[in-house]
Amino acid sequence: MSAKGRPEREFRPLGGSEVREPAGPPQGQTPECEARTSSVKPRAWGDHNDAASVRLAHCAKTFPDGTRALLPLDLEIQAGETVVFLGPSGCGKTTLLRIIAGLAQPDAGGRVFFGDDDVTARPIERRNVGMVFQSYALFPNMTVAENIAYGLRVRGIRADERRQQSARLLDMMRLAGLGDRRVDQLSGGQRQRVALARALAVRPRVLLLDEPLTALDAKLRESLRVGIDRLLRSLGITAVYVTHDQAEAMALGDRVAVMSHGRVEQIGAPQDIYYRPASAFVADFIGTMNRVSGERDGPSLRFPGGTLRLPDHAVAADHAMFRPQDARIVEPGAGALTGRVAAAFFLGSMTRVVVDLPGEQTIVVDTVERRSFVNGDAIGVDIDPDALVILES
Amino acid sequence: MRTRENLFLALLALPAMVVFAAFWLLPMARLVSVGASGPRGPAAYLAIVTDANYFASLVSTVTLSIGVTFSTLVVAGIAGMFLQRNDFPGRAVLVSLLTFPLAFPGVVIGFMVIMLAGRQGLIGSVTDALFGSKLVFAYSIAGLFAGYLYFSIPRVILTVMAAVEKLDRALEEAARSLGATPWQVLRDVVLPGLRPALISAGAICFATSMGAFGTAFTLATNINVLPITIYTEFTNYANFSIAAALSLVLGVITWAALAVARTLAGSTVAAAA
Repeated sequence: MSAKGRPEREFRPLGGSEVREPAGPPQGQTPECEARTSSVKPRAWGDHNDAASVRLAHCAKTFPDGTRALLPLDLEIQAGETVVFLGPSGCGKTTLLRIIAGLAQPDAGGRVFFGDDDVTARPIERRNVGMVFQSYALFPNMTVAENIAYGLRVRGIRADERRQQSARLLDMMRLAGLGDRRVDQLSGGQRQRVALARALAVRPRVLLLDEPLTALDAKLRESLRVGIDRLLRSLGITAVYVTHDQAEAMALGDRVAVMSHGRVEQIGAPQDIYYRPASAFVADFIGTMNRVSGERDGPSLRFPGGTLRLPDHAVAADHAMFRPQDARIVEPGAGALTGRVAAAFFLGSMTRVVVDLPGEQTIVVDTVERRSFVNGDAIGVDIDPDALVILES
Repeated sequence: MRTRENLFLALLALPAMVVFAAFWLLPMARLVSVGASGPRGPAAYLAIVTDANYFASLVSTVTLSIGVTFSTLVVAGIAGMFLQRNDFPGRAVLVSLLTFPLAFPGVVIGFMVIMLAGRQGLIGSVTDALFGSKLVFAYSIAGLFAGYLYFSIPRVILTVMAAVEKLDRALEEAARSLGATPWQVLRDVVLPGLRPALISAGAICFATSMGAFGTAFTLATNINVLPITIYTEFTNYANFSIAAALSLVLGVITWAALAVARTLAGSTVAAAA
């Protein structure tokens, strides 16, 4: 459930407002990746001096039928930062992306800035964005190379220069030799990379990605996710990424914005979102979260199955939440909670145990212990107080 | 075993073969032989290029049909795109009104052209009031052009609307995101996307215009287009061989246009007309 890309992230500075140094050494680039791009001048795309910050001021969107797709939002995305908008379908994330792109207009009063530049009134064709669509939207009447060079062509760049640039991008995206293919001769993963190359060819100020991996199968998705992560990191480009896949969001985002019903519920580093959810929606939406409620007894929470000591900042809470991996299985009576095994699933790397607590509450505990569980057995569960999540109110 | 199976299959194909022979092969063979049986002999087939009259008739028919086809594609292409992409009150009514001419036979279309551009027509009386002279073009190629345009537009509009509906909007958005102006989007994305539909609609439009008779006959019997020429050769001069030869040439040109369109569009072009 936790982000699979986590180990890689630990080499990078964390925190809500960090900025990747646009011209710094390409981070996260492995020797393997460098070997692949050694024939290219990575600086050609790495020098993203044009990377702009994006600022949304009071952007809301009401559809003609009166539905509020997006509630008023103020948000700043730093130059070079990757922000992922994560949420279920209909949460407004795509509308938000379209407003940034210039494909949709915010309601009156909303403004969109790229750097200091107010682009609100500018249509998409004059915003210099790169956009990657869920369906890829590659032009079927053009070859792969023509697709990639299209943005240069409409800018009136000479044919030989266009050829050079698209060859460079083909190399960079490991598509060398496929330039003359028709789009329908490519695999899904190749199409996705062509779409990305086409968006990057115009050196966009902001790269916008609308569920770019959703159409692919799970295995390919994971490998392309790594590829995109490296690319965004080495280019230092400002990127806005929309997805409903939380693993993707956690792996790619410098910050993740969790959205629901047209509202940003929480925005922060993936770790913040995961370990310190700010609302019940975020807690439920990201990963698996246990929730136990009981009677408040001083600094503790008491329920039929035991007592749980709450952290000091929990003033009036009558419940506590925790992740399955933050609980430990102990002898019955030894931990904060005591219950009975309702089911146990051996998942290979761990065992997921469903525990029935007295009083109709059920929790899920992940354990790496090599023991077997028999349904109905009494077990104890202990939870690290620091791992408890408390939502006041 | 194998032979019996083949025999059975042949038996199944028999009804189709009979129909094909009775209503296509035999009449065509007869037409070919009639065409070659006149005083000119097989040279009747060359008459369409050697005889100035017939050749002029061929040229004006083809020119008219090409003109009608391209004008229709432009008018109906723009209208179809607009109608499919914009929703406004009364849109459904407008679409059904625009497709109304489909219900009329050629004779009625001809009649309507006369009402519009004939000696007593609307255009005539307006120009008479404004400039003191009547503009009358109903009884000429121009009148025929107006009539053919009128009944070609609905078919093409419907085809274009269906094709526009199937266009992937993301393609246009992608082109725009790359900086393409509306004209460049039209040239590089929309028109290529509509190409098969435009080709097949255009081919049918061309074939219809080549063979249409009712409208031309209503407007005047002396308009020099192939169907009328065939009619006059046949009924007025009883010149069977020339009529047969011209019919074949007309058929071959139309068929060839449809065949070329089929190859270009890569999809089935219905052999209407």
